[in-house]
Amino acid sequence: MAKYLLLKHYRGAPAPINDVPMDQWTQDEISAHIKYMNDFADKLRGTGEFVDERALAQEGTWVRYDGEGRPPVTDGPFAETKDLIAGWMIIDTDSYERALELAAELSAAPGKDGKPIHEWLEIRPFYGHAPTITE
Amino acid sequence: MDEALLRSLTPAVLGVLVRRGADFAAAEDAVQDALVEAVRVWPEDPPRDPKGWLVTVAWRRFLDATRAETARRRREDLVEAEPEQGLAPDTDDTLQLYFLCAHPSLTPSSAVALTLRAVGGLTTRQIAQAYLVPEATMAQRISRAKKTVSDVRFDQPGDVATVLRVLYLVFNEGYSGDVDLAAEAIRLTRQLAAAIDHPEVAGLLALMLLHHARRASRTTAGGSLVPLAEQDRGRWDTALIAEGVEILQAALAQDRLGEFQAQAAIAALHADAPVAEETDWVQIVEWYDELLALTDSPVVRLNRAVAVGEADGPRAGLRALAELDDGLPRHSAVAAYLHERDGDRQTAARLYAEAAGKASNLAEREFLTRQAARLNN
Repeated sequence: MAKYLLLKHYRGAPAPINDVPMDQWTQDEISAHIKYMNDFADKLRGTGEFVDERALAQEGTWVRYDGEGRPPVTDGPFAETKDLIAGWMIIDTDSYERALELAAELSAAPGKDGKPIHEWLEIRPFYGHAPTITE
Repeated sequence: MDEALLRSLTPAVLGVLVRRGADFAAAEDAVQDALVEAVRVWPEDPPRDPKGWLVTVAWRRFLDATRAETARRRREDLVEAEPEQGLAPDTDDTLQLYFLCAHPSLTPSSAVALTLRAVGGLTTRQIAQAYLVPEATMAQRISRAKKTVSDVRFDQPGDVATVLRVLYLVFNEGYSGDVDLAAEAIRLTRQLAAAIDHPEVAGLLALMLLHHARRASRTTAGGSLVPLAEQDRGRWDTALIAEGVEILQAALAQDRLGEFQAQAAIAALHADAPVAEETDWVQIVEWYDELLALTDSPVVRLNRAVAVGEADGPRAGLRALAELDDGLPRHSAVAAYLHERDGDRQTAARLYAEAAGKASNLAEREFLTRQAARLNN
């Protein structure tokens, strides 16, 4: 019983095996990919392991406080070199092994020629509760 | 209306439905509906016989739900075959439900969810809030769990140990959302202890009570962890401690030691010390040895090293620690503590910072970071 964040990157992740960008796929290949992702989320809803999923826009900017009464300072858009997160899924599983298994399944989403992309996903554990009994 | 009292009737009512021949999954849904109805109706119109009221409403809901054409025949058979209420004692039904909801075919999270709903009478929404998942996800988890146990015979004897593990998990989750899981775990363990005379059930109940007694002193107002040695012992709940100790003594007298009794004995020794300095660490080490003989767990070995450090000095503690895998969770935190006791503040600070990076929860990370910062400044 632990939550994990599965992070998908626009850029910054190691190159996948089936490394053809989506804008070079056929319409059917794109549809098959989207269907796979939706079916995967539905499957996790069914198993009681789904918590959340969101996709992020490709734009992003650094921002920081610049002192009392001054407007925030921004710096952006992000440079080409920056890791760019595309979205996430949060899952709640009984074990780390199960979380890895699900991440691998998500990474197998079909891309060009209907073959698995083998996309690298980042998996990050959430902090849990401090247990009551520790001694 | 006392919601806990209402929920305490859940297993008995569910037991009646199942014994009348309703399948577990449908009966469980019907009892949930009846509980919701009770919350709505009882404040205005309290029934004279709460359990009878719940049985009647739940049974009606069950019949409504099975009114589909395919189920009609079976339903009519059931109506005709309806036995007298209360043929089986409630305690047997309650016990069977605990076994079913903690069935070994269920994953821990499914067993926890099903126990909280079918035995505890919590709603799916409450359980979802407590475990910070969407309500739909929790509903699926419960529904799958019910499907998993649907073929298990209700009168099949179960294993108390699996039930205790589930209750322990619920207790250790503490308090989140608007459901006090620790209090709920205690309530469910009390109910179990009333249904079965078993020294480990009593041991777990004692363990929970003894730890619950310290709850108010375990965190600051801001939510920071306060270690045992620094807790304000004046805020410990002496009534809970007395009850825990009494239950534990009765269990130990049965001379069938188990891990929960041993853990409770350690908690009782801590509870017994009016100030941290008067803790009987020698006896605590002996109990850790008992615990190790029962379950050779690395976590127990780690905690034993801390106790050895207190009983025989930090060097002895470090020697005990040296025998353990340094990849264990909380290993560097224990090492940091022992090195500081041994006067090596620099090593301690480095290890506390390292431990903070490996903490599995935010409260612990904050605590360990503060320890490192205290030594660095």
